[in-house]
Amino acid sequence: MSKYLLDKFLYTIDRDPELVERYRESPAETVAWWEQEFAGKLLNCTSAERTTWLAFTDEERKALREHDYISLFTMGAHPFLTLTLFIAMFERDHGPLEYQIAYGKAMQHLSMPYPDIAT
Amino acid sequence: MATVAAVIASTHHPFYYRASTSTGADRPPFADEWVAKIERFRETLTRAEPDVLVMVGSDHFHQLWLDNMPQFLVGKAPFFDANFYNEEREFGLPRMTLRGEEELAAHILREGLDRNFDLAFSNELRIDHSITCPIITLRPEADLPIVPIYTNIFAPPMPQPRRFVELGRTIRDLVESWPSDKRVAIIGTGHLSLELGGPRQFGEHGPDPEFDRKAVEWIANADIAGCLAEVTLDSLHHPGNATHGFMDFMLMMGVAGEGNRADHVDTLDLFHTMEAYFTWYPNGVPA
Repeated sequence: MSKYLLDKFLYTIDRDPELVERYRESPAETVAWWEQEFAGKLLNCTSAERTTWLAFTDEERKALREHDYISLFTMGAHPFLTLTLFIAMFERDHGPLEYQIAYGKAMQHLSMPYPDIAT
Repeated sequence: MATVAAVIASTHHPFYYRASTSTGADRPPFADEWVAKIERFRETLTRAEPDVLVMVGSDHFHQLWLDNMPQFLVGKAPFFDANFYNEEREFGLPRMTLRGEEELAAHILREGLDRNFDLAFSNELRIDHSITCPIITLRPEADLPIVPIYTNIFAPPMPQPRRFVELGRTIRDLVESWPSDKRVAIIGTGHLSLELGGPRQFGEHGPDPEFDRKAVEWIANADIAGCLAEVTLDSLHHPGNATHGFMDFMLMMGVAGEGNRADHVDTLDLFHTMEAYFTWYPNGVPA
């Protein structure tokens, strides 16, 4: 499990309007590209150095490719990051607050305690 | 020495800006009542005639990230740009630039370090809606210099609730020991019960109205002992998965001082979360 890397994916995609669109339209391609090119970027630091050891598990890669926010939640990805990015991608296809309400309803089967989000 | 002109604690609801500025069919049915409550709340700051604002909030994974996460951070810079692309995108928040009060920031950093708070600092901080929401609600002119103080209520492991209270007490002491004739308002924002990205989000009320009722009583009475007797890092998961933001209210109870009843208390039961507004005048209610 690499909760940190899941969070880093959600965080870096969410900050970039072009990547938000790319992930919405081509999730599998975006996840593969990101893991290859972006996962090792040391954010807010020099671009000349790269982190050498970060990688997704198969399960994590699959959840990201499938826009599966419920699995991301159960794997302990930070729910604020997931929600913010998914609103950016999919709210536009729905009426006011419809997407946010449906997002919560789809998780009704989950109960406390929620998965640990500590990284 | 500086005077604490007002102590203000508030929720920070990023939807307020859009709700309050929308018109016609776009204006939500609760907007007028919300605006009326905010205008009364704003008057409590205006009456205090502040010169400087100390603003306590929490970065929402904007500038501060998991590769280098401070627990408590003071912004010391001549200016602070504000709001990020994703806040513009989701909430329609405007970009802003606020002036900084570097002398007070330096005083809080030096004296805070000497009083056992190992405060991080930033000389180039872009602040987010946890600080700009109360600017929009309480001082929309955005004309006063600020000292932003960020707390980690977002990324575990977090400091214990009692540390938030202690930091609040310390901030109050440090403002009162600042060699200046300025009038300082100390403003902090947090949450009552709140769920984000989980099954209880965006309900008809906040996820835990019973917690909210108790929380408003604790804050209004600055009942620090009662609050600390029930609230722990673990317990805050139960009212909703983003409820650790309540610890910024606990910090503000520390600023207000144990047992000091707020001079202004108001709430608004909205969908998704309850709004709550509190003002104390430590040196008496202004005429």
